[in-house]
Amino acid sequence: MPMNPTRKRRLTLVIVIAVAAMLAVSLVVYALQQNMNYLFTPSQVQSGQATQYKTFRLGGMVKAGSIQRSKDSLQVTFTVVDAGGAMPVEYTGILPDLFRDNQSVIATGHMDGARFVATEVLAKHDETYMPKELKEAMAKAHADAKVKEAAAQDKSP
Amino acid sequence: MAKWIPLWLHKLGSPPTFYRFAGAVRPWAMGLALLFGVIGLYGGLVLAPPDYQQGDAYRIIFIHVPSAWMSMFVYAVMGVSGFIALVWRLKLAEVVAMESAPIGAAFAFITLATGSLWGKPMWGTWWTWDARLTSELVLLFLYLGVIGLYHAFEDRRQGARAASFLAIIGVINVPIVHYSVVWWNTLHQGSTVSIFGHSKMPWEMLWPLLAMTLATKCYYAASLCRRARTDILALESGKDWVREIAQAEAAR
Repeated sequence: MPMNPTRKRRLTLVIVIAVAAMLAVSLVVYALQQNMNYLFTPSQVQSGQATQYKTFRLGGMVKAGSIQRSKDSLQVTFTVVDAGGAMPVEYTGILPDLFRDNQSVIATGHMDGARFVATEVLAKHDETYMPKELKEAMAKAHADAKVKEAAAQDKSP
Repeated sequence: MAKWIPLWLHKLGSPPTFYRFAGAVRPWAMGLALLFGVIGLYGGLVLAPPDYQQGDAYRIIFIHVPSAWMSMFVYAVMGVSGFIALVWRLKLAEVVAMESAPIGAAFAFITLATGSLWGKPMWGTWWTWDARLTSELVLLFLYLGVIGLYHAFEDRRQGARAASFLAIIGVINVPIVHYSVVWWNTLHQGSTVSIFGHSKMPWEMLWPLLAMTLATKCYYAASLCRRARTDILALESGKDWVREIAQAEAAR
């Protein structure tokens, strides 16, 4: 590609500065990846990774059947679980609409002994959207498949 | 000019030709934007079924996601034209880069505002400093920085070149916004729609979203044509062809 020297010089200069800036930002992003985590999971907390923070965010799933509401106040206790740990959480206040069993939640607060006292509870939802009927049909198909599987296993000696 | 650039594209770079071209494109782009917008909103707000988790509240996605895509797309356009403006000093590239900035800033603002309105009932908060939200806010600030830097110079072409430089440096933020949900643990969920993979949304929800995406793209084209035409007239105000247009307008 024929180019006059002035343009060639400008092109080189712009590319060099842009690449340098992007390299700097990439290194910052890479460094932040180690310590810019928005939340800790119960197993991370129990293995002591959050001990340096007074307040931090705890993220995980609400254990099914663990939600207990106080009769005379807004106090709620529930258990947040991940693949390798569980953490009892206490919270007083209004919960988001999506808060329920098996929902991903993010609680901000501090440790009080083995218990996590939250000052804010946020619900996280996933990136899947589907109509209600489809969800029910899928849940039913899943349950049917499990029944069939169990039946098949029973037959084999 | 290099030989590999076709003649029509070369001609399009000249202000009077682009002025006429943008004038012809603008009504079509605006018409298509309205058409796709009406179809997309009807499909999204009326025809699409409610979500199993969020009910009807998820419908704000039909504004939020197309705006978010456009906030990144417009930034990429601004970065590329800023690059052309810096290296080849093409007047039209300066115009396109600088006139894209306010449109992109508007899209970034709409993204943040609708996200906030959506976040309060679903997540339980208007705002949180997670990587996705923060990087989108940085994108808005980059747009505002480009607009501010452009207007801080006495000489508009000098201002356009300085602002183009900021625009090019800021391009690095676009992949950060996109991949923030992959690289970090965030409150914001991951991407629903994927170009090459399987979208996590049924077709009856997906098509209104795609219609709205086309609507915002056409709106950007129409808005850019109009803004660029006005800007070209101001930039070339001393030239004969502008005088002819002005006299023809006055004679009407």
